[in-house]
Amino acid sequence: MNRVPMEGKVLNENARVAAELRERFREHRVFVVNLISSPGSGKTTLLEKTLENLPRDARVAVLTGDLQTENDANRLKRYGYPVKQIVTGGTCHLDARMIEKHIAAWDLAHLDILIIENVGNLVCPSSYDLGESAKIVLLSVTEGEDKPLKYPSIFFKSELMVLTKTDLLPYVPFDAELAVANARRVHPEMQVVKVASLAGDGLREWMDWIEKRKQAFLAEFAEPAIPG
Amino acid sequence: MHEMGIASSILEGVEKELRLRPGSRAITIGVRIGQLAGVDPDALNFAFEALTLETPLAGLKLEVEYVAPRSVCRGCRLEFAVRDYELLCPGCGSLCTDRVGGDELLFTYLEIEEPDSAEPNSANTEAVEAQTK
Repeated sequence: MNRVPMEGKVLNENARVAAELRERFREHRVFVVNLISSPGSGKTTLLEKTLENLPRDARVAVLTGDLQTENDANRLKRYGYPVKQIVTGGTCHLDARMIEKHIAAWDLAHLDILIIENVGNLVCPSSYDLGESAKIVLLSVTEGEDKPLKYPSIFFKSELMVLTKTDLLPYVPFDAELAVANARRVHPEMQVVKVASLAGDGLREWMDWIEKRKQAFLAEFAEPAIPG
Repeated sequence: MHEMGIASSILEGVEKELRLRPGSRAITIGVRIGQLAGVDPDALNFAFEALTLETPLAGLKLEVEYVAPRSVCRGCRLEFAVRDYELLCPGCGSLCTDRVGGDELLFTYLEIEEPDSAEPNSANTEAVEAQTK
């Protein structure tokens, strides 16, 4: 019997397709975010407010995933941007293949931002790379402050935690500082934005974060300045 | 449940390695999985067994090393396993530590029986090759 060392990542089909997608998004300079949370944390409402607050000429498209119904796409289409519903038919997450299929009809050259609203689930979506530039996790104040510790994988992989429904803080026993501290135990560099989408609080900070992060993405392609 | 895809990717890796070692028989494949990778070792083992059943690789053992996230201290450079998301450096007590792993999904080793030690007809490389042709 002989033990031979083996190296390399265990790649799966999803990782391969996601890498191809990422390459295409980079080629066309499309900044892509993947929004992940439990069902009912306010992804669609935040997205509605986001579309409402974008400049008129924004080149944005949205993919929204659910197990059934076109309800979310219908809510989001009212803002005049291209929106596609991904009905997974029971699958608890979006995978790279679904993204590839649903953007097929769009010309990426005419897009600056693609927002992907994942299926409401804190577990499985964390394992599926969609070729995005950034993962963003939402946590609403009607959930437990210890969610980052119970579901560490998604908090580890997300750059930003959006604490939603903060206008309900006076009515619920939720310690926002503890929630942030828990998220940072899992992911010390976690950035945090607090919003109340319906009341409008924090939306400016949220929009600023998206714009700044998009600029950081674009800066990766900037030509180095020629001295003199 | 994406463990099926990962199990099948592990098997592809084994088959690739076996093609480089004609006549060898695979006994155990070792992988390292970070606790933050979002992969459940039990579900992975189940998928692995289901996929190898009644194939030339039936009986191949999957050994999962399930590892805690690790951090490095910016002060004293000590690298340590993170338990319960405690960030303090156990060496110098500094809070300035950087996470350096935890979501890995890597091959580590393949245990094989080589042609001279194995019965000639027990080698599973030919069978694997025949199947992939």
